[in-house]
Amino acid sequence: MENLNLVLPEIFISLSIMFLLVLGVFKKDSSKIIFNFSLFAILITTTITINETFSITRETLFNESVVIDRMSSLMKIITLVGGFLVLIISSSYLKTFKIYNIEYPILILSSILGMMVMISSNDLIVFYMGLELQSLALYVLATYNRDQLKSSEAGLKYFVLSALSSGLLLYGCSLIYGFSGSTNFDIISNQLNSDEYVLTFGIVFILVGLAFKISAVPFHMWAPDVYEGSPTTVTLFFTIVPKIAALTVFIRFLYVPFLNLIDQWQMIIVFLSIASMIFGAVAAIGQTNIKRLIAYSSISHIGYTLAGLATVSNEGIQSSIIYISIYVVMNLALFSCLLMLRRKDQYYEDIDDLSGLSKNHPLLSLCLLVILFSLAGIPPLAGFFAKFYVFKAVLEQSMYFLAIVGLLSTVVAAFYYLRIIKIIYFDKEKEKYDSDHSLWLKFSLASSTILILLYFIFPSQLIEVVSRINII
Amino acid sequence: MNFPILSSLILLPTIGALFLFFTKNKEGNDLTFKYVALFTSVVNFLISIYLWISFDQSTSSFQFIEERKWIEGFINYKVGVDGISILFIILTTFITPLCIISVNNSVKNRVRDFLIAILIMESFMIGVFCALDLVVFYLFFEAGLIPMFLIIGIWGGERRVYSAFKFFLYTLLGSVLMLVAIISIYWITGTTDVVQLYEIGIDVKYQNLLWLAFFSSFAVKTPMWPVHTWLPDAHVEAPTAGSVLLAAILLKMAGYGFIRFSLGLFPIASEVFTPLIYTLSIIAIIFTSLIALMQEDMKKLIAYSSVAHMGFVTLGIFTLQQQGIEGSIIQMISHGLVSAALFLTVGVVYDRMHSRLISTYGGLVSVIPKYSILFMLFALASLGLPGTSGFIGEFLILMGAFKDNFLVAVIASIGVILGAAYMLWLYKRVVFGKLINEDLKKILDLNRSEYFILSCLAAPILFFGFYPDPLINTIEVSVTDLINMHNTNIASK
Repeated sequence: MENLNLVLPEIFISLSIMFLLVLGVFKKDSSKIIFNFSLFAILITTTITINETFSITRETLFNESVVIDRMSSLMKIITLVGGFLVLIISSSYLKTFKIYNIEYPILILSSILGMMVMISSNDLIVFYMGLELQSLALYVLATYNRDQLKSSEAGLKYFVLSALSSGLLLYGCSLIYGFSGSTNFDIISNQLNSDEYVLTFGIVFILVGLAFKISAVPFHMWAPDVYEGSPTTVTLFFTIVPKIAALTVFIRFLYVPFLNLIDQWQMIIVFLSIASMIFGAVAAIGQTNIKRLIAYSSISHIGYTLAGLATVSNEGIQSSIIYISIYVVMNLALFSCLLMLRRKDQYYEDIDDLSGLSKNHPLLSLCLLVILFSLAGIPPLAGFFAKFYVFKAVLEQSMYFLAIVGLLSTVVAAFYYLRIIKIIYFDKEKEKYDSDHSLWLKFSLASSTILILLYFIFPSQLIEVVSRINII
Repeated sequence: MNFPILSSLILLPTIGALFLFFTKNKEGNDLTFKYVALFTSVVNFLISIYLWISFDQSTSSFQFIEERKWIEGFINYKVGVDGISILFIILTTFITPLCIISVNNSVKNRVRDFLIAILIMESFMIGVFCALDLVVFYLFFEAGLIPMFLIIGIWGGERRVYSAFKFFLYTLLGSVLMLVAIISIYWITGTTDVVQLYEIGIDVKYQNLLWLAFFSSFAVKTPMWPVHTWLPDAHVEAPTAGSVLLAAILLKMAGYGFIRFSLGLFPIASEVFTPLIYTLSIIAIIFTSLIALMQEDMKKLIAYSSVAHMGFVTLGIFTLQQQGIEGSIIQMISHGLVSAALFLTVGVVYDRMHSRLISTYGGLVSVIPKYSILFMLFALASLGLPGTSGFIGEFLILMGAFKDNFLVAVIASIGVILGAAYMLWLYKRVVFGKLINEDLKKILDLNRSEYFILSCLAAPILFFGFYPDPLINTIEVSVTDLINMHNTNIASK
């Protein structure tokens, strides 16, 4: 008999989704209740995850197709917390656009379920199932503000391109299956050896598909359009939560089934990393829309996380996970600020709308200052430490080229973050924005900013948690 | 000695800044803010004086060391001072209160934010000078960019945005390579603790590259020719207090870094690259002195003179002679006082006339005599007249240079003449001559606070000019040991 307690979080969240769907159908005007219920469900799921799986080193279930280990439980917790925070700061934005419906929390819950399945997958089919569940929910979320042309366009673009990448992924999976005769990661790992050249195609197809999901250059084209078009809260969701899951799968693929084929994939990852860092930094310079800019900045941040993965060491993997956790906090803070740029039921998302913000909203601008400098990686803010750990791991493997290119691209990236700070602090002020924000929004901004600002006092805690993860 | 005196020096200004931050920002509160900031920085100054008094001059080992676990098994928060760094700390704590007093005259809006920026800046600067761990050093070194960027950008002149960006990106570009070097040092030796690194030493085969990486950062910050171009821009556009901080303290971080890290950690490489430093320093001295001669903007002229003076400093450091290094340290301290004073004197007339052009002025001596006398003192100190602190530094540096390389010393001596030329010509054009500009007739002489600040700066300039022993005694043992360590390292490899 399998120990079903290990998948209790997934079971619980699926049951909640079904229950909420039924409730939503039968009860009128239930969006508020469903919002609260889903928040509650995420909270409970998080508690269950912590209780049941956090202390487990490694266990497998269902013929080894699902794996519960330290990485999966940590990443699930980050995913859940991220989803929770996105959900609580969404409501006022959704109400403004009159799309405060029951579907929103349910879709978010389903995509979180998909991600949790992805994170735990140790089997090609389980992985693909989770991926499709989350993707389908995300397509709908992208078009969630369906009366707006841009939102529908974003959803359609996302759907077409993402379906293409899923196709590539599946093709890669089938090639791998053909060579190894199994869909299980561990068995594949033992079966594969680098003598078979066609195998490289399989790896490349899978990596392309995954790179697409995390929007690494050159498979990033969808990201700016989708990020700009989707409703802001959905963009926030896109920029943080799916990336965590996709990164976990990335790590899992590289270091379990493909571990023996390092020669084949290491250069690919280095290339993806360098290309993303440089392109993300350069392309963001000319942007005028904040959401587009964030899209490019997230591309370059993904470059840094990939740099950690390219090192083929536990240190590297840990540094990537640290990077993505700090990145989640920074993006959450940035979007909280963005959601505060509201004047009479209209949200502003151009960089010029920030002009002179510091005169009318000194606190908000100070938070933005901290967040932007942190994104630029200036010490002593959290963003610096994220980069620091990554480059520490990269230099341990003597990959000097990668480290120097990465650090030089942070200088380029610093330029566009500075440009925003310049607009906030040095330029002429505009009309005041509304300041009656929901308590949750203020809370999420304040807490994440303080985390960023004071991370340097207690840097060891995060490392301690992450350093328990040993994949290789 | 259990009281964490260095940490409190670092933290106190930040606490003051926090206090200001949480005080309500009302109209008319500006004076209170100033008093709070002034109080904090003066207390800090007193603590640093106490530090100097209780400092043991007979040993070169680090004192007042504090060590705390910071990132488990990787980096310790470690601070401490020796004879070299303690003077820079005192310079910092001495200049900051003067900057805060000068805020009266130059900064009109957002006074509170300005004071917060200055106090935070002070914390970071003190941190740079007492950090004994490479990562901690880097943290403070880089973090200083944030407040300085804001000081130039928010309170600066017309081209402030351009200057602020140039300042930030230049320095960041220089420093990222240093970060690579620091992490590499960790992987090569297993520690980033400076004291341990002094003992272990770094393998010769890595030294050259690591030295260059550190050099890229310090050269930009010093600034050395040809990467000095950010400095005139930053100086010209920054508000007076910002220019003062920049010239008096920020530039010294790099000189300090050269002594502490380039010489201390990479002795062999320092020997190898001495010709490079000599060449760049000589070019800086001659070339920027000539540029300074042609300037029409007073602040720009002083900025270029800073580059020339820092050229002397780098020259002195890499003579690797006792006199050279001591001279460099004294020159840095002296330049900290003199350039601060010069920027303040320019600030005084700028606040009244809103022009930095030399041609606006002329004949000031007949309307504002007090100002003219102090200005003369500072101009003479800048060109290194005997009896001022500027002389001691330049003299020692040239002495060290003569010991090491005759030709270099001769060329550098020409720089001294050029320095006299541009400073005296500036003084002549601004203070002497006929009073042509009608507006100047109504100009007021120094007010009380300005008089106070400038006298505060004049006193140590004269005092150390006649009696440099307190400075030399403080640094002597540390410098001797540094050179001994250097020589044994060279001899053993």
